[in-house]
Amino acid sequence: MMLPWLLLIPFIGGLLCWQFELIRPNTAMPRWIALLSMVLLLVMALFLWVSGDYSLSQVVGNTPDWQSQFQLPWIDAFGITFHLALDGLSLIMITLTGLLGIMAVVCSWKEIDRRVGFFHLNLMWVIGGVVGVFLAIDLFLFFFFWEMMLVPMYFLIALWGHESEGKSPVSAAIKFFIYTQASGLLMLVSILGLVFMHYTQTGVFSFDYGILRETPITGVMSWVLMLGFFIAFAVKLPVVPLHGWLPDAHAQAPTAGSVDLAGILLKTAAYGLLRFALPLFPETSQAFAPIAMTLGLVGIFYGGVLAFAQTDIKRLIACSSISHMGFVLIGIYSGTLLALQGVILQMVAHAFSAAGLFMISGQLYERLHTRDMRQMGGLFGRLGALPGFALAFVMASLGMPGTGNFIGEFLILFGAFDVVPWVVVIASAGLVLSAIYSLILMHRVYWGPPREKTTIARLDGREYAMLLSTLVLTIALGLYPQVVLDISQGAMHEVRHWFAVSPSFAG
Amino acid sequence: MNLTLSHLIALLPLLIVCVTVIVVMLGIAWRRHHVVTASLTTIGLNAALVSLLAVLTVTPIRVSPLLLVDNYAVLYMALILIAGLASTTLAHAYLEGFDDQKEEFYMLLGCSVLGGLTMVASDHMLSLFFGLELLSVPLYGMAAYAYRTRLSLESGIKYMVLSAAASAFLLFGMALLYAESGSLAFADLGARLTEGGGHASWLLMGIGMMVIAMAFKLSLVPFHLWTADVYEGAPAPVTAFLATVSKIAVFALLMRLFMSAPVTDIASLHTIVAIIAFLSMMVGNLMALRQDNIKRLMGYSSIGHLGYLLTVVVASDDLALLTTGIYLITYVATTLATFGVIALVSSPWQGSDVASLKFYRGLFWRRPYLAAVMTVMMLSLAGIPMTAGFIGKFYVLATGVEAQLWWLVAGVIIGSALSLYYYLRVMVMLYLHPTEEEQYDASSDWGQRAGGIMVILLALAVLVLGIYPQPMIMLVSSAILG
Repeated sequence: MMLPWLLLIPFIGGLLCWQFELIRPNTAMPRWIALLSMVLLLVMALFLWVSGDYSLSQVVGNTPDWQSQFQLPWIDAFGITFHLALDGLSLIMITLTGLLGIMAVVCSWKEIDRRVGFFHLNLMWVIGGVVGVFLAIDLFLFFFFWEMMLVPMYFLIALWGHESEGKSPVSAAIKFFIYTQASGLLMLVSILGLVFMHYTQTGVFSFDYGILRETPITGVMSWVLMLGFFIAFAVKLPVVPLHGWLPDAHAQAPTAGSVDLAGILLKTAAYGLLRFALPLFPETSQAFAPIAMTLGLVGIFYGGVLAFAQTDIKRLIACSSISHMGFVLIGIYSGTLLALQGVILQMVAHAFSAAGLFMISGQLYERLHTRDMRQMGGLFGRLGALPGFALAFVMASLGMPGTGNFIGEFLILFGAFDVVPWVVVIASAGLVLSAIYSLILMHRVYWGPPREKTTIARLDGREYAMLLSTLVLTIALGLYPQVVLDISQGAMHEVRHWFAVSPSFAG
Repeated sequence: MNLTLSHLIALLPLLIVCVTVIVVMLGIAWRRHHVVTASLTTIGLNAALVSLLAVLTVTPIRVSPLLLVDNYAVLYMALILIAGLASTTLAHAYLEGFDDQKEEFYMLLGCSVLGGLTMVASDHMLSLFFGLELLSVPLYGMAAYAYRTRLSLESGIKYMVLSAAASAFLLFGMALLYAESGSLAFADLGARLTEGGGHASWLLMGIGMMVIAMAFKLSLVPFHLWTADVYEGAPAPVTAFLATVSKIAVFALLMRLFMSAPVTDIASLHTIVAIIAFLSMMVGNLMALRQDNIKRLMGYSSIGHLGYLLTVVVASDDLALLTTGIYLITYVATTLATFGVIALVSSPWQGSDVASLKFYRGLFWRRPYLAAVMTVMMLSLAGIPMTAGFIGKFYVLATGVEAQLWWLVAGVIIGSALSLYYYLRVMVMLYLHPTEEEQYDASSDWGQRAGGIMVILLALAVLVLGIYPQPMIMLVSSAILG
């Protein structure tokens, strides 16, 4: 069985990294172990990608259509099992996790120079936790990983983070932790509420997704439980009133931390909405859809305006994530197949473009020791290939045709237009904002008169390869998105089916 | 009533601890020897622990009207003995540098354990009071053991005064209940009370006073004022003992009282307990936020934790019994290991404990495994998955949701969010860059000594039970059903 290994590789790899450092400090060994485990993870995911058959599962029955499963008894008293399962949606996310895991290891090769082993322990365990979130379909297990991955992320931000505007990374890390943990507990209460509801109806304790999905819930209770899930995911996504942790956490995290945060941690929230919030509470979610989409719209504009006002380059990119995730939220709650497929593409594409931009800001910081855009300017001629890459990623982020981001946004807007035309019209106006802040970013950092004549260290081979491969992926996704769409088709079909059971909502 | 062999077997743990205390006392009178005394105590407590296996063959059994030895009692006896053993191992390393008589400490500890054992088996007001006093009185001496330091003496005296006040409440409450029901046995009491006919207000007052006394011992708001000072002043191994044994014994007894004497019928009492629980969660966690002394911080955090646990008293159903056992096991393991780390860093005794948070800065880079233990404990106290504390919190939330105590569930969530702030602060302190200030460390061979091994075992237990809690759940549920 491959599923438990997908999970174990990062955890074991992380422990090895740490032990190596304790036995023999100051070696590059932990980096290589970490890189190896990430490559292994990616290879296994790609193997599953090639060997599985994800596109044809159009038959939507009462049992979910898993490609492979793994189940062990765990806590019998509550009917909790160690239940992992894989379908197209989880596979895409895990492949993405593996890819960005490699990026994160490679981009911290020079940046992290103290406590290397312990750093990689934390990095690997974040990845392990995320893989767990994407694989778990027992709600207890899901929550287990959901909370567990916060701890290593906390360490990454608190210990290897940077000061920003006089704020210590520790306070940013604590803010991140408290936001996500408290909202996570709300989700735990919702899960328990759902389980006890199921228990009173059937007399059986179960935390299994497939079983709980059948529990009919109506009335106030379904609203309360649904909101418990929604708030937990909304904090992580983030949705606007709950986004307070994000700019700080991103700005103060080390590059690898930002890449992971923007690339995969935010995506766990969208995954959670698709996998759990919608199928478990279809009717309530539909009733809630207008509110969720409004929040998405607010996010698009608020995030854009916020990004525009930033002087710290990483904060700008972080705020632009809020805006991009607004599109994702609209896509998810519009519930058409086209929009849902767009959501998947948008997530993957945003992961690449945000990772690229964060890596570039990390490289700028290594060279200039500042992230303040007011102290940059005129860098275009002084940095070799780096500004060119920056331009490409900025174009991707603003949704230029030819990049995956364009396809994602286009599919979301196109798919949602049938259902909620006015929301789409307003959201499209938000694209203008993204053009504005993206161009401002380019303008402030790279254009204008150079401050000094000297050239700054150019990209070395490692940095060049890293950026180039990310760029290639972004463009490949834009030119041939069908690779991803084929895999997610079955899973999205099922989400749409569950979401659209009520006839009032033609999908 | 005739005393048969099975009665003797049921009393075996109590007898063994009694004999241990007497042997230790005579040993001290004959010749003082620290290592021998500590070893004798350890052997005695271990023997008592093993004897519980024999006890299991005769349970449930009533030994005189005073004691009921059932699986429930055996479970908490085991927990008390383990906590006692852990405190003994910590005390051994700690007292090595102590510049006064070291040996009497173990005698006091043995007496106190005996009191705890009596309490969890008691089924009668008399044995309750007897056990509680036997538990508390040696604790005054233990808290003030380093009586030449002002803080320790102060802590002993504070604990004594407040305990005496609590005992007075307890006795008065018992007297009122006796006046109404004419019986001191829990079961009888419950039966008479449900027959009705008594004056409801007297009953409420009687039970209310008993609850107040217990709340003193459990340091629940508004009877918590002694906690931080006593936790801070008492020597670290004593604090470990105080924070575990006395809480286990009193809480196990409180649950038994609530389950066997159906005070459940008095709705207002439940409201009062719920208010106490909510206030404890809030006040404990809020007060802990600004602490720079890790022992004080743990004191306030214990208030919050007991507040969470009090949710089960309000629920008072079968799941609540299970939750009590699980939460106490996880809490005790976590608390013991936390104070274990503090005691190890403070060992051998040099005049006062290393409790200020700044001394722990950068501990990870000097003593990685010790700091890792502390990290796991902080995560467990905060209730993060992969640690036993999460299972405990999960059960408390499950109990709350099942009994639909939404206010208390909200309290647990808010309390946890608050508590994260200070647990994380302690945790990150271990990893920050060490400063140039004076450093305190556990001795470099801490891992090879009894206290160190005990702390590492507890940390492993916390991790294993967090990942695979099934054995613990089976154990506790068999103790409840049996």
